[in-house]
Amino acid sequence: MTKGDSHPTQGGFAALPSFANRHAALQRLLWPLAGLGLLLLFNLLFDRAFFEITMRDGNLYGPIMTVLRLAVKVMLLATGMTLVIACGGVDLSVGSVMAVAGALVAHLAAQGTWPFAALLGVAVLVALVIGAFNGTLVAFFGLQPIVATLIMMVLGRGVALSITGGLPISVADPGLLFLGRGFVAGIPVPILLVLVVVTLTAVACRKTALGLFIEAVGDNEVASRLSGVNARGIKLLVYMFCAVCAALAALVAIGDVGRVEPDRLGQMLELDAITAVVVGGTVLTGGRFSLLGSVIGALLIQTLTVTLIRQGMPSDVAPVPKALVIIVVCLLQSPKLRAQLAALRPGARRAAA
Amino acid sequence: MNAIFRRQNLPLLVTALVFLVLFGAFSVCFKNFLSLRVVTNLFMNNAHVGIIAVGLTFVILSGGIDLSVGSVLAFTTIFVATLMGKYHFHPALAIAVALLVGTLFGAGQGALIQQYQLPPFLVTLAGMFLARGLAFVISSKEMAIEHGFYKAVAELGLPLPGSVTFGFTACVFVVVLLAGLWMAHLTGFGRNVYAIGGSESSALLMGLPVARTKVQLYALSGFCAALGGVVFTVQAQSGNPLNGLGMELDAIAAVVIGGTLLSGGVGQVAGTLLGVLIYGTILTAPDYLSGFDSSWQRIAIGGLLLVFIILQRFLSRASASAR
Repeated sequence: MTKGDSHPTQGGFAALPSFANRHAALQRLLWPLAGLGLLLLFNLLFDRAFFEITMRDGNLYGPIMTVLRLAVKVMLLATGMTLVIACGGVDLSVGSVMAVAGALVAHLAAQGTWPFAALLGVAVLVALVIGAFNGTLVAFFGLQPIVATLIMMVLGRGVALSITGGLPISVADPGLLFLGRGFVAGIPVPILLVLVVVTLTAVACRKTALGLFIEAVGDNEVASRLSGVNARGIKLLVYMFCAVCAALAALVAIGDVGRVEPDRLGQMLELDAITAVVVGGTVLTGGRFSLLGSVIGALLIQTLTVTLIRQGMPSDVAPVPKALVIIVVCLLQSPKLRAQLAALRPGARRAAA
Repeated sequence: MNAIFRRQNLPLLVTALVFLVLFGAFSVCFKNFLSLRVVTNLFMNNAHVGIIAVGLTFVILSGGIDLSVGSVLAFTTIFVATLMGKYHFHPALAIAVALLVGTLFGAGQGALIQQYQLPPFLVTLAGMFLARGLAFVISSKEMAIEHGFYKAVAELGLPLPGSVTFGFTACVFVVVLLAGLWMAHLTGFGRNVYAIGGSESSALLMGLPVARTKVQLYALSGFCAALGGVVFTVQAQSGNPLNGLGMELDAIAAVVIGGTLLSGGVGQVAGTLLGVLIYGTILTAPDYLSGFDSSWQRIAIGGLLLVFIILQRFLSRASASAR
């Protein structure tokens, strides 16, 4: 086993021959960045107020801060989801994990005897158990990730509902409220949390061999196993990590809103997270991943939504631009469309069949 | 050969057994449960999920997935209601237009998936967002349908003994089911679908019309989703852009419980009927079992999913491939 052998510089792009060059990673980041830049430019030209940041009581407020705050949940989920997708998997259960962790923490917090650290511990522990369940089904039972996590998606929602008896619970724990609404040095705590989580994850992936192993498993599981990577262990690990990210997102969400609705908390967020990852340039079939890309993807979608709402779009219609972003990104990644465009350019209209 | 055939049918048999045990247990425990009325209601109340699940079965048999069905259902309900309420279309015309739109929507998704080799999961995810958003573009509020034709249709049905009526929606479900069975087992389309699900490249090498079939598949699923929406409007006598939230996953769950493998190639439309009936029975449970609320419903459905999927996994070890 050598690092050079399993490094997917070559193999990783076997599926995308047109990407097979050293600029690929940069190129992938370029598209979401360009999209985000375009949106900001639009706001610069037509909606200057978008950039207004005001200080109130030493804390930062303004549309940009709103975008960041709204994107926090998806950014946290997308961090875990990126690693899962890089392993060739997908996790549909993160929304339900949020509901379970949120409901349990709120339920315990309502008893008043649990300190914040213990609540945090419980949330992480629950997430680890659920993540281990998902990971075991995928890695050791060999189930398709969509199916395995669909089970937990349905099951988890039921568990969350049964914890609270189906009723909403309000959250008054000062620690949780601080996590959701607090400020440190003028910056909202959730944003700091995202920074910390993404940075730690990136360091763990890029300064150790972990990221390499994840890409190797996502690229070619058999080859990675043959070259000595503990593929099953890696898969188990990423699902557990993804669930922990979901639990953190849940804590932020319930602290921010101040209550838990177990039937709504995190609903459909799994799809937003997957969208952010895909928009960020990580391909759904696994292999190369970009944590930064996923964060930019989440910000891009949120900025687009907020911009359109500021331009007068009803918030209900927000899924439409999201859908268009997904389609455009998919098409941009499609080797066939690239080939067709290339064929059109010199006038030779022989599209590959 | 015979053994393989049996092995593939085993999930279906297990599903049938689970349904019989479940239904039998309910019949023993609760009087009045084992009645024509309950069975009729099972068909009527789950007609829309059932119709969607039949279309979805074909997509899943081909190895694809369609996440857009719940949103297409929602879009159809509000679309039909608006066409009639605001633009004074005749119901029959409104329904025809809605079915056409649903079919074209599905065909569009299929064309993207086939033409540009995009992952069905992402394309239909976008389709799900798009249809849901468009539903809200049409109207953000529930819209009642008030038309004599609609009321008359809702009261249609096959009279059964004991003053029970096998309602119109249930009849549509049964017709769709029969059509699905016919298509899956007696037409070239069905054989192509199974072939593509077994191995798309083999199907291509055999000279089967893979591209055409894949577009047809998603068009069929779109049509079924729209028809499910129409049936929903008949039942609810209204349209609402919020209808069918998460229904795609209920339908997928019903298909999987019915013994169809999500990896494609293995499964039956008949299994989907059983899956829908099991799902429906679990949904009616709270009427009889006090304390068995919606949380337990989901836990029960999740648990069943787990059991079935692991069972299928062991049955189909041979055809497994790491994805």
